[in-house]
Amino acid sequence: MSPAKRLALVLAVLAAALLVTGAVALFVGSAAISPRAVLNALAGRAAPESVERVVTLSIRLPRILVAVLAGGALAVAGVAFQALTRNPLAEPSVLGVTSGAAFGVVIGQSVGLGWTFLEAAGLTAFAFAGALLAAGLVYLIAAIGRELSIQTLLLAGVIVGIFFSAAITVIISLLDLNRLGGVIHWLLGNLAPIPPRALAVFTLCAAVGFWLVARRARELNLMALGEETALLLGVGAERLKLTIFVGAALLTASVVAFAGPIGFVGLIVPHALRMLLGSDNRLLVPASLVGGGIFLLLADTLARNVVAPAELSVGVITSLCGAPFFVYLLRTRYRANL
Amino acid sequence: MPPKLLELDRVSFAYPKPAGRRAFALSDVSLEVGAGEIVGVIGPNSSGKTTLIRLLTRVLEPASGEIRLDGASVRRLERTELARRVGVVPQSAPAECPFNVGELVLMGRYPHGPGRYFESRQDHAAARAAMEATGVLEFADLPLDHLSGGERQRAFIARALAQEPRLLVLDEPTAHLDLRYQVEVASLLRRLHRERGIAILLVSHDLNLAGEVCDRLMLLAGGRAAATGSPEVVLEESLLSSVFGCDVVVDKGEPGRRPLVRLTWRA
Repeated sequence: MSPAKRLALVLAVLAAALLVTGAVALFVGSAAISPRAVLNALAGRAAPESVERVVTLSIRLPRILVAVLAGGALAVAGVAFQALTRNPLAEPSVLGVTSGAAFGVVIGQSVGLGWTFLEAAGLTAFAFAGALLAAGLVYLIAAIGRELSIQTLLLAGVIVGIFFSAAITVIISLLDLNRLGGVIHWLLGNLAPIPPRALAVFTLCAAVGFWLVARRARELNLMALGEETALLLGVGAERLKLTIFVGAALLTASVVAFAGPIGFVGLIVPHALRMLLGSDNRLLVPASLVGGGIFLLLADTLARNVVAPAELSVGVITSLCGAPFFVYLLRTRYRANL
Repeated sequence: MPPKLLELDRVSFAYPKPAGRRAFALSDVSLEVGAGEIVGVIGPNSSGKTTLIRLLTRVLEPASGEIRLDGASVRRLERTELARRVGVVPQSAPAECPFNVGELVLMGRYPHGPGRYFESRQDHAAARAAMEATGVLEFADLPLDHLSGGERQRAFIARALAQEPRLLVLDEPTAHLDLRYQVEVASLLRRLHRERGIAILLVSHDLNLAGEVCDRLMLLAGGRAAATGSPEVVLEESLLSSVFGCDVVVDKGEPGRRPLVRLTWRA
C-alpha cells in the first residue's frame, strides 16, 4: 500500500472512532437527559430555554469541541518535541513548556484579560511567550556543546516546570480571593466550555501550529538520522528546528490558554500510535491530531462521569494515566539509551 | 579541458579552539577527483580526513581556498542541489534509528523533491534500484536495528546511492566491521564504480582497503597533504613510517598487483 493510501486509511479509521467517541460523550453526563431529548436538541426541536437544549448545545457540545481540539494540539506538540529533541520522552508538560505557558496565562489574567476575541488572542500571546521562555530556558540548561542528552533534557524540563509552578503560586497569592476559585480550577486542567469567540482564537492558533509542524514532517524523519546527515541531504536544520520549536510552543500555548495545563497527552498518544504505525512522522503527525482528540475526549468523558454529580479535572485523569506510562517507557523501551 | 568533477583548491580550515581540546585543521590542501575516478584519502586519526568531507559538503566553510563541483563553487549551490550531486555515507550511524531499511533508503530521495510530502513513483524506483545494487532489497521491510553491521552499512550506502549522486563519499566505511564485511564493502564499491560509473571519494585509515580500491591516493598528515599519487607512489615504507609513527613493510608484490602494507612487530 502506498504511504498516501495508508495515511488516508489511518485517518478514516481514526475519524470514525472520533465520531463514535463524540456521540458517546454527547449522550452521557451527570444531567439525566434521555438520548431522545439529546437528539431533539441537536435537531433544533427542543424549546429554547429547555434543560436538554442548554445541556446539549451550550455545555456538552462546546466542551467536546474543546476536548478534541486540545487533545489533538497536545499530541501533535508531543510528536514535534520528540522529533525536535530526538528524545522519545519529551513532551510539553515533561519539558516544563506547559508550566511556562500557564505562567504566561496567569500573568495575562492578572492584568484582566478575558474572553473577547482580542483578549483571547492576547491571552494566547501571553501563553506563547511563557512557552517560548520555558522551552528556551530548558534548551539553555540542557545544551552542552551541540548535544542534548536525554537525561539532562528531562531534568532541565522538570526543574523549569517546578520553577514556573512556584512563580504561578506567587502570582495567585497576590490576586484577590474572589478571582481565585476559577484560576485554581483552570490550573488543574479543566475543559470548561469556552465562548465561541475564544474557541475561534483557539482553533486558529492550533491550526497555525499544526500547519508549521505537519508540512515539515518529512524533514523531521531526516532529522532522526542526526542533524549533520539531514544537512547532507539538503535539509536546512537550523531553520527547521526553529519552525518546529515555534509550532510546538504555539500548540501548547493555545491549549494552556483555553483549557489549562493538561499533561502527558503528548506522550501517551504519539507512543500508542507509534506502536501501531511506526515512526514515519508523515503518518504520525496527522494521526496524532485525531488520536489526541479521541484520547482527551475519552479522558474528559470519564472525568465528567466517574464521580458524578461531582466532576474531576481532565488533567487529573491524564496525569493518572500518563505518569505510569512514562515510567513504563522509561523502564522498558528506552532503558538501554539512558 | 572540462572542469573536474570535484576540485579542492588550496583549502584551509581551523576549528575554533574549545578549551582542553585539540584543534583539528587543514592547511593548503588541494585535490581533484575526475568523473568516474576512485580517489582515496588516507592518514592517521585526526589528520583532517573527516574535516575534508565536512568542507566539501558545506557542513563547514573553508577559511581560505575554494571547493568546486563541475567548476562551480559549492558555496553557490543550494543544499539540495549539492545533495543531488554528492552522496555521503557517514562514519557512524545514529545509535537508535527507528526506521526500516526501505524508509531509510527513500530518505535519500529528499533532495530530488524537497517540497513533496510523500515520495513519487520515480523516487520509489530509484530507492529500489539502490537497494538492489547493494543487496539489501530483501531487508527492505526490516527495522535497521535487526541488521548486522555489514548489512547496516550497505543500507546506508544504498541511501546515498538513492540520491543518484555523481560522487559518492564514504567516511571510514569499514571502521566498525568484521574482516568479512570489509572485503564485502570493498568489492561492492568496485562493482558500483564499474556498473554505474560513479566517482568515489573514500576516506579511510585502512591503507590496504584504500590501496586495493583506489586509482589515486592522498596521504594526509597533520592537516597537510604529505603525498598524492598512485597507490604505488603513496604507499611507500619510509613515508608511511614517518606519518603513522610506526614501522611498516610494504610488499610491492608482482607487477600489476597493488602494494600491501604490513605492520612490523618488535618484541
